[in-house]
Amino acid sequence: MARAAVLRGLSWRVATVVGVRDETAAGRTIVFELPGWPGHAAGQHVDVRLTAPDGYSTQRSYSIASAPGGDLVELTVERLPDGEVSPYLTQVLSVGDQIELRGPIGGWFVWDDASPDPVLLIAGGSGVVPLAAMVRARFAVGSSAPFRLLYSVRDPASLLFGAELDHYQRTDLSFGVHLAFTRTAPADVPRPVGRIDAAFLTDATAGGPFSAPDAPAVFACGPTGFVEAVANLVVAAGHEARRIKTERFGPSGSQR
Amino acid sequence: MAGIVSPGFFGRRRDASPRLPPGQYLVRDFPVLSAGPTPRVNLDTWEFRIATETGEKRTWDWPAFQALPADDVTVDLHCVTKWSKLATSWRGVSVDTLLDGIETDAEYALVHAFGGYTTNLPLADLRGGKAWVAYGYDGADLTPEHGGPARLLVPHLYLWKSAKWVRGIDLRRTDERGFWEQLGYHNYGDPWLEQRYSAD
Repeated sequence: MARAAVLRGLSWRVATVVGVRDETAAGRTIVFELPGWPGHAAGQHVDVRLTAPDGYSTQRSYSIASAPGGDLVELTVERLPDGEVSPYLTQVLSVGDQIELRGPIGGWFVWDDASPDPVLLIAGGSGVVPLAAMVRARFAVGSSAPFRLLYSVRDPASLLFGAELDHYQRTDLSFGVHLAFTRTAPADVPRPVGRIDAAFLTDATAGGPFSAPDAPAVFACGPTGFVEAVANLVVAAGHEARRIKTERFGPSGSQR
Repeated sequence: MAGIVSPGFFGRRRDASPRLPPGQYLVRDFPVLSAGPTPRVNLDTWEFRIATETGEKRTWDWPAFQALPADDVTVDLHCVTKWSKLATSWRGVSVDTLLDGIETDAEYALVHAFGGYTTNLPLADLRGGKAWVAYGYDGADLTPEHGGPARLLVPHLYLWKSAKWVRGIDLRRTDERGFWEQLGYHNYGDPWLEQRYSAD
């Protein structure tokens, strides 16, 4: 397997906010300037540390949303109603503010931009963020690797990067997006509301080198229950487990 | 580095506990982090193996493993992704029991799991009542997504050392890095020293 370089010293850096973009009602992209950033691979994450005026501090991990390149790193953060850090990042942090950040972290859930292999991306909710970084990296480096994104989202208003993904698939036939709306679908989408299931997987991987015999690299990211379910579907469809990389977040739901 | 202070950030503080290592926050649920699909391990073919540096092997099938004396332990878990879960209840076999009577001069262990995952640690960290091969969680069988039918439990190190779907331990004279250790995570992983990444 391709393995990213072992991490060098991962010291904390001062990151300055140089831009913010609201993506959805709960999701905001924050653009950080990081002088001397060593670069990252699509799919990697960073650790963020917030410190209160009285010295209390806490850390969280966030996937990088932007393609590698330069000293700018974008994080797209979804606000959790009960979150300790995400409300601050999405509602308080403003252009000119500074926080501490270190990374890039993670050498497993990464797309190798030199690989011509087909890539099957499966996103649940904000799990699309590291997968969007892979899509952006593909277009940034001019890769012709066939890509297909299966993206499960609650409703149209929760869709992250919708216009950008649509633009990509209109300009490049070897990139395609298949959306699964789980609660409310737009009026012009013929398929009924529902989760990604075996039939959806079959339909969405048709017409390209994304079936088990093609051995695409599979990346699945989302809430734990979602990733468990889709990883099992992909295995059941005949894909080898070693080709399937997963990243899960949130509670399991199965045990306290 | 002197911390950058964020005016307007207060934090929840509910996490204040002397049992919480630096940089960790408490969760009440039980997150799942795995690098790939959850392997389905058949108990009929399940086998646990310890192999020494001289090639001596000891194996147990599932019934034999279940017949070993088991401990009920309550431990705190600390994941490198920053969540900690306190007072979790497990049932499993102490690694001391598994190593009892095995002659070895090995100083290191390389742990293997179904699905190909590996992790390494000093053998001393598996001895002395500090590590178990656990098959019960919270009064029930350990579920597959949490590592069932059996996982290693080494609660004094970050949780990636507690290999899910564990199938064996190689005792070694030399240290060999496991899956995450090769990918830049710390070779030892002491949460109290915040040894998350290789240079920490």
